[in-house]
Amino acid sequence: MVNTADTSLMQAVSRSTCRAFLEAEIRLPDDIRRAISAARDAESGIARGELQNILANIDRAESMKLPICQDTGVPVVYLNLPPDIPFDPNLYEAVAEGVRQATASVPMRPNVVTPLGRKNSRDNTGDGMPAVHVRPGSRFTITVLPKGAGAENMSRTTMLLPSQKDRIARFVVETMLIAGGRPCPPVVLGVGIGSTFDGVAALAKEALLEPIDEMNKFERELCDAVNELGIGPMGLGGKTTCLAVKIKTAGCHTASLPVAVNVQCWACRRATVEVIP
Amino acid sequence: MVELSGIVYTARDEAHLRMMEEGIPFDPEGAVIFHCGPVVIGERIIAAGPTTSARMNDLSGFVLDAGVRALVGKGGMGSRVVRQLKDRGVYLALTGGCAALAASRMTLKGVYFEDLGMAEAIWMIEFERVPLVVGIDSKGRDLYAEVDAYAKEQFMKRFTL
Repeated sequence: MVNTADTSLMQAVSRSTCRAFLEAEIRLPDDIRRAISAARDAESGIARGELQNILANIDRAESMKLPICQDTGVPVVYLNLPPDIPFDPNLYEAVAEGVRQATASVPMRPNVVTPLGRKNSRDNTGDGMPAVHVRPGSRFTITVLPKGAGAENMSRTTMLLPSQKDRIARFVVETMLIAGGRPCPPVVLGVGIGSTFDGVAALAKEALLEPIDEMNKFERELCDAVNELGIGPMGLGGKTTCLAVKIKTAGCHTASLPVAVNVQCWACRRATVEVIP
Repeated sequence: MVELSGIVYTARDEAHLRMMEEGIPFDPEGAVIFHCGPVVIGERIIAAGPTTSARMNDLSGFVLDAGVRALVGKGGMGSRVVRQLKDRGVYLALTGGCAALAASRMTLKGVYFEDLGMAEAIWMIEFERVPLVVGIDSKGRDLYAEVDAYAKEQFMKRFTL
């Protein structure tokens, strides 16, 4: 057993959190780059130009070590604990300290405010922020998903009835019809199906952590249906509205069918760092 | 698709409200307004992507009346602005999220209303061949409205009520 009272362990958690944000904010994952690049090759006219600008921006951010987008998001963190690391409430503070370090060193725009007073903490932390999800795992890792507001604001949840399985596709496509160009398409859609009212939203967000190189039949169908809308990159029209749909499911009550869609802009930022105590 | 070079002035909600009260601090004749809250450190623009222009839907008439000829932002603007632009100006779309690319083609030249804070101040910025799309032209054509109508039609075709 690792001794979590050891401050060097907590420092390693802070350091790794900061490193993960540095990576996520500045360098877009390869699967997302490949998808945008393939979409660019398939488009023409304005849509092609928009995707070309996005690809040039991705390269520019990496070479100049600048954030990909000025909305550096709110910090969402998945902490995977292997069996030899016991759960310790101090882990939350260690992750928050990593967020403070990253806010200064990336730099990340201070986005976190109190919900009603709208008071900005200036360091991207606050009550329940960063949003930390602790999960059991085989390795001690920290995965970050900085989430921008433009796309997050277009996300939706619904409680369908068990007889309404055929309405899942409608709900997903309708989410993008309402969103239009506002979430900065081409988007990635994380879809949660099952669990509970709160759990399904968490599933939808976790689906965004999955690589998008492959889609199953249902994911492909949903993605094609969204692309038929013709909203296109930045809502200026085109074939590419959605790069990928990823679905995560969980067991649910026999009388419910919760569905959630978490909309993610083209800057599908995520990074994982292994914590070396 | 067009490229724009020359001086633009950033303005978001607060700057528009201040200009309505106190007047426009720069010469508006033929000027360009950029809907943007940049990240500026020292004299350097770190990130300068466009913000959602629709928030300025009810705040743009007076700047166009004063002679402003182009608005730059993202997501398009309401039908009232489409009418206000007719025969005198255009709306130009800058790719959303492209903060690093945008900053690499912009040079800071000055600032007005700095007390409004970094995001809301009016920054005078020189564009160097910034790539843009004509979203709304001076003849009343609105690309966003066309795309939206097509999307609705496609949705109704697939999912009947």
